[in-house]
Order: sequence, then structure tokens, then C-alpha cells
Amino acid sequence: MKRRDFLKSVSGLAAGAALPMAPAVMSSAKADARSETLLIVSEGGPNNLDIHGVGTNVPGYEVSWNCYDRLIGHEMKSGPGGVPYYDRDKFRPELAEDMTIGDMSATFKLRKNAKFHDGTPVTAKDVKWSLDRAVSVGGFPTFQMSAGSLTKPEQFVVVDDYTVRVDFLKKDRLTIPDLAVIVPCVVNSELVKKNASEKDPWGLEYTKQQTAGSGAYKVTKWTAGTEVIMERNDDWVCGPLPKIKRVIWRMVPQAGNRRALLERGDADISYELPNKDFQEMKSNGKHTVISLPISNGIQYIGMNVTKPPFDNPKVRQALAYAMPYQKIIDAVMFGLANPMFGAPADKATEVAWPQPTKYFTDMEKAKALLAEAGYAQGFETTISFDLNFAQVNEPLCVLVQESLAQLGIKTTINKVPGANWRTELNKKEMPLFTNIFSGWLDYPEYFFYWCYHGNNSVFNTMSYKSPEMDKLINGARDAAATGDKAAYDADVKGFVDLAFADVPRIPLYQPFVNVAMQKNISGYQYWFHRRLDYRALVKG
Amino acid sequence: MIALIAKRLAFAIPSLIGVVIVTFLLTRALPGDPAAYFAGPAATKEAVEQIRKKLGFDKPLVEQFFRYTVDLAHGDLGSSLTTGQPVATEIRNRLPASAELTLLGLLVSVAIALPLGVLAATRPGSWIDHTCRVVTTAGVSLPVFFTGLVLVYVFYFRLGWSPAPLGRLDVFYSAPNNVTGFYLIDALIAGDGEAFRSALSQLILPAATLAIFSLAPIARMTRASMLSVLSSEFVRTARASGLSPSTVTVTYAFRNAMLPVITTLSMVFSFLLGANVLVEKVFAWPGIGSYAVEALIASDFAPVQGFVLTMAVMYVVLNLVIDILYGVIDPRVRLEG
Repeated sequence: MKRRDFLKSVSGLAAGAALPMAPAVMSSAKADARSETLLIVSEGGPNNLDIHGVGTNVPGYEVSWNCYDRLIGHEMKSGPGGVPYYDRDKFRPELAEDMTIGDMSATFKLRKNAKFHDGTPVTAKDVKWSLDRAVSVGGFPTFQMSAGSLTKPEQFVVVDDYTVRVDFLKKDRLTIPDLAVIVPCVVNSELVKKNASEKDPWGLEYTKQQTAGSGAYKVTKWTAGTEVIMERNDDWVCGPLPKIKRVIWRMVPQAGNRRALLERGDADISYELPNKDFQEMKSNGKHTVISLPISNGIQYIGMNVTKPPFDNPKVRQALAYAMPYQKIIDAVMFGLANPMFGAPADKATEVAWPQPTKYFTDMEKAKALLAEAGYAQGFETTISFDLNFAQVNEPLCVLVQESLAQLGIKTTINKVPGANWRTELNKKEMPLFTNIFSGWLDYPEYFFYWCYHGNNSVFNTMSYKSPEMDKLINGARDAAATGDKAAYDADVKGFVDLAFADVPRIPLYQPFVNVAMQKNISGYQYWFHRRLDYRALVKG
Repeated sequence: MIALIAKRLAFAIPSLIGVVIVTFLLTRALPGDPAAYFAGPAATKEAVEQIRKKLGFDKPLVEQFFRYTVDLAHGDLGSSLTTGQPVATEIRNRLPASAELTLLGLLVSVAIALPLGVLAATRPGSWIDHTCRVVTTAGVSLPVFFTGLVLVYVFYFRLGWSPAPLGRLDVFYSAPNNVTGFYLIDALIAGDGEAFRSALSQLILPAATLAIFSLAPIARMTRASMLSVLSSEFVRTARASGLSPSTVTVTYAFRNAMLPVITTLSMVFSFLLGANVLVEKVFAWPGIGSYAVEALIASDFAPVQGFVLTMAVMYVVLNLVIDILYGVIDPRVRLEG
């Protein structure tokens, strides 16, 4: 081939390439579609459209929340920075138009005009079937229901076509709030039963692939790992008709590209960006960036209290004085977190959770405590973290490692693959680790029941057992159920004080949930589940 | 010929069986526990056991393997837990996406690398030879995700020439009717010019990324192979007989230099198909590479097994095609079992 031919072929190629590169001319119909469509980009997408399914992931919860209705939801109040924030204590009707709470039961009157996406009316038998399903399928949904003492199908009674009664097994303050979380959603029972089989009596295979609810949106197309397309249900009656007609949710694995899409104005909303990006976007002001503390979410350093050296409270306190708290908030979180340390020494304990500890970085004090415990020369240990959250966990562990080295404590960093993390937690053998916990139900006694109680749940990652602690937690739960405020306050203060004195886990910070969106998007609401509620969003 | 092909395929069966066994065992040897992973963050030990039972992971390994092979014989590759879809369907949907991207990338790469290699060989030490060296060295030394990100940054973010890196089509276009699974071809069949343009413009950056990366082996191999052929005696004879330089280079030398190039091409193709994970990640491309890696991270067995098996089958077929091509290019090569 001659040089000339070669050059010709190259320039021909370049011309061919340039042709489709020209900016796409959008027809006006497409532009209209764009103004009524919300384009969301995120790293991961749902693996199941039904929260009752086996192993449904967190993005799947978002689909469930928007495509199904529950009996009740929460009112909104003004949160930090004036952002609408769900009101833990106030409920609003969703499918139920009226709720009467009796001594040992709650009665719900259903809306008579609510219909499922296929047009069949929503009746009491659908509600019962759905709640039965939630307490029976096992796994996460059943677990979540049990958190509100909802465990048996007999608890859900059909009174008439449009009335359902929920009987309480025992008095529990969390029963009503638990009916407002994502799990007790109402499913089109006739449709699903038609598609169920003997092997799969609850029709989980069917609802995995399509939504069978009455919610404000319905999934019209789902390509796993690529996109979810949702259309508005124009016949939705459980609230004001949403403004967004269509939601396109695309999975974009690269965080840098998600940011580029936002900066170029192609995507409307993104979450799951690195903290650094959120902080930069916040300061350059081209987008709305919402950062709100995660209700009862705490990142902590846990210590296995069943084995030396961490069975000694003095060692644990020494570590609590050796944490590079402020460095972690500045360098790892880029300021997007509330400190959970350094409360003034004379500050009284509050009846609230989370609240900061009185620990702060003081290496001299840490050294003294360590010497008192008989470890003046330090010791060797391993700090483990979940690689799925390496972006935060890895620099955090490196900072902790550096800081502990000053006490003569040699730490090796153990990176645990995400698929293996829960298995490792369940074994309860890791001596030192960092982890995060946040519950949907935002009550101090709920958090402590899972994280500090001697029944040793998977979240009591430290294997911490203390009869005194159990007494205080049980006391607070009972007091909450009967409404004995004085006893409740005393018990909550008691277990917070004990948790801080014994420090089986060292609270570091309360992280923020961050969402970046275009300036023309409004109506964002913070929910306990921290996912988007499309029903309230407005574009333009 | 047909008998020979059949014989070759028959020989591939034991290696495929081996692949099935090895991938089965390897996925089981992964450290993660899928039951704990999919039981969710709030699972109790009982909940994990319930999930394990549902997934059939409580059975002995031999029984699990038996079930797997029986399903496999029925063409059922199992279901993915991460995406919730049958693996066979997913691979069928995703393979064309990867193949379309890889083929286009390879086409671009060949269109540049072959002339470059030939020119470099005919004029060793000239500027074009140096260009060839610089381009190929740069191509291999830049990691694909880096090239991809730079291209996105320049052509999408800075210049705005390229569409958003959002997969195979613009968000507001719908895919053409599925015939081949290749959007370019399907759009042409459907006569949908807009979809064709959109699909092509989405393809350019990722294909260019792959081309830059695969340029090096092809260009280097072409150059080396051409150099050795050009110094051989039949070329000297041809030149001495007064044939024009272009006839000597193109008709005689190039054809003889093709064999190693074809081998390299097949290797590059199969390597790219599996290894363009990073490109797929950068461009949110719904291909099989990213699918397999995501499954691996979640210790989701079925897709990993399906992926390895698909790749193994493709290697077998590809090798066969290459062997047949050898015979076409060089009649002296005999296709033997």
C-alpha cells in the first residue's frame, strides 16, 4: 500500500467517524418527553422488583417504595436546612383513609376508590394476603415485620371488604411505625396467586420481574444491571398526582461519569458519588446538593470484648482516646458527617440517639490507660473492613492504624470482600473492625436492642454482654410500650451512659446521605430508607 | 472438510467437560457465602439458613453438581442472584453488546494497524516506522480505563461532541427490533436511521478505546512478519524479475505474512471480548464482561459458570475458524484433526 493510499484511507475513516459525532438534533417530541422525564443515574440497580423477594437489594427497595402503597406513611416536617424530613411520630393515611388505634389492635378503613395497576380494586383481602406474605416468606421481610412484633398471619383480620384489623401480640411502640416501612406493602393478591405455583405459593418469581401494586408508579421496562423505566400511574388516588410522568433510572458504574453527566446537564439526579465530589459540587454551586445526617446511622470502631486485649475496658477506653476523630471527618468524609465525639465534659446525657461521646483525641491519656491495663508496650492486632465500602473504610483504617502505632499497637489491615463480610461478622471473631449500622426505625431502644443487647444479634458485632445493659434496654422497651415517660428517660440515659463508659464500640461519626441534582429539580424528601420518593419530585 | 470439522469439535468436548467441572469447583471455593450475602444486612442466622435452603446450597457438593449438569443438559444455566434473571437469557442479551463493541473496535484497529505495520516494514527506520513504534508503545502502556476516561473527558465533558456515556443507545431512543442483537445491523434492518446514528455515536468512543489498546500487538506482529517475509528469497526473486514494488508487497509478501497476523487477531479478539470489562464499566456498556465481574464480587455462582462456559465455547469455535482461515490463505496448511 502506498503512503497516499494509506493517508486516503485514514482520512476517509476520520470523515466517517465525524459524521455521527455531530450533536444530535432532537425532535420537539423528544424535548417534551425530556421535560416530563426524570433521568436518575446510580452505580447499582435493583435485582428484584419485590421487597418480599429472596435477597432483594437496596435499589430494589426504591422500586417497591414508589410502585406499591402501604396502609400508612409518614408526614413530612422541616428537617436540617429546611429540607422536608419524614416525621417519625406523625402518620398519614396512604391506602387506609382512616386508622383507629385501640388498646390491643389497630383498625384500618381502606379507600374505596383505590385500584391496582390492572384495574382491580384494592380490598381488605389483598391487604391481609400481603401482610401474611410479609410475615411468612422468611428472610429480611419477615425479620423486619418481627421488629414491630408482627409475626403471625392470625394477627391480620379481614373485618369487611374495606376494613382490616391488626391485632397486637403484645404492647410494642414499634408496631405502628413498622406498618409504615417499605415491607408491609399491598400486593395484588388475585393477580399474583394466578401466577404462583406449588413450589412458589407466594408468587415471588412473578413479582420479581414485574410490579403488581397500586402505587404511584409502575415499572414498564426493566433490564437488570442496565436500566429501569417507570411510568406514572394516572389513576393513583392515595395522594396528589405526581408531577413526573416518567422515570428513567440508568446504571452508570463509573462515579466520574455520573458526575460528568450531572455537570453536562444530561442526568437529573445522582447519588453514590465520592464525598469529595459532593463537597466540590456543593462549593461550586451549579447543582443542588442535599446532605442530611442519616437518622440513627453511626460509623464505629468495634472491638471483640470476649478476647484479650479488648476484654479489658481500660484498653477499650485507651483506644477511644486514640482515635484520630477530626482527621477522619476532614480527610475521609470531607466534612460530610456529624461528629460523634468530643462532647463537653459537663454536658448532661440526653434522651436521644445518636449523641456524641465525651471522648476526644488525647494520646497521653490513651498511653496512661494502656499502661494501667498492663499493655504499656502495646500489642499486635488486626483491623478488618468491608471492601464494598472501601472508599470510606480504607482511608479510615489507615488513619486508625497510624494513630494506634503511636501507642505501640501494631495493626495489620484485613480487607474483607463484600460477599464475605456478613459471614465474618456472624462468626464474631474479628478483634477490631469498622462498620456502620443504621436502622429504619429511629428509636434509641431499638438501636440498642440490636447493637448492645446480650441476645447477641448479628449487629452486636462486639459480642458485648452485660446484665445491667440488658436490664436497661428491656426496661426502656417496656416503658415505651406503656408510655411511662419518666422510667423511659431514666433507662435511655442509663444505657447511653453505660455504652459510653464500657465502650465496646467507639462511635466515630454520623454520616450524611448525599444527593446531587440539577437546579430545576425540587421536592426532594428525606425518608428513613434514604432512597428517592419520586412522588414528591418536580422538574422545571 | 466437514468430517474434519466434526472431528475437531468432538475433540473439544473433553475440554468443555473439564471447564464445567473446574468452574463449578472454583466458584464453590470462593471465600464468600452467597446465602449470607443475599439474606441482607439484617439477617439472623436462621434467616441465612432459610436462604441457603431456598438456593439449594445446603445440599452436598456432589448433588449440587449433579443438578447443575442436568440443568445444563437442558440448556438451563441457572439464575443470577444479583440481577435476578436466568443466566442464559442474560448472556444471550449481553453477548451481542460485547461482540458488537469488540468487533468494531477490532475493525478500527485492523484498519489502522495493518497499513501502519506494512508501511513500517517496507520503510524500516523511516518516520513511519518511528510513528508505528510510538503509537504501539503508547497504546499498550495506557490502561484501557484511563484511555476511556480521557476520551470521555475530552469528547463528552469538554467538547460535547460525543453523546453521554450511557450504554448502547441514547436514553430517549428505544432499541430496534431484535434480530441479530447488533444494534447497528438491527437498526439498518428496521430502516431506523435515527437509532442507527445513535447506536453508532454511542459506539465510537468505546470502540476507539479498544482500538487504541489492541493496535499494538497487531501492528507489531504485521511489521515483524512483513520484515521476515520481505527479506526472504522469493521476494528477492520477484523483485529481480522486475515486478512493481506494490505487486511484490501486496500480492506476494503480504499474503505470506498474514498467517501470524491472523493468529494474533484471534487472540486479541477473544482477549478483548472477555477483558473489556473496564471499557464496559467506563461507558456503562451492558456487556458480558461487567456482568461476570459483578457476579464474581457477589459470589453469585451461576453467571460466573455461564460466562466461563460461554467463553470456552467461543474459544473452541474461534480456533476452528482460524484454522480453516489458514487453509484458505495458505493452501499448504492442511486442516488436521
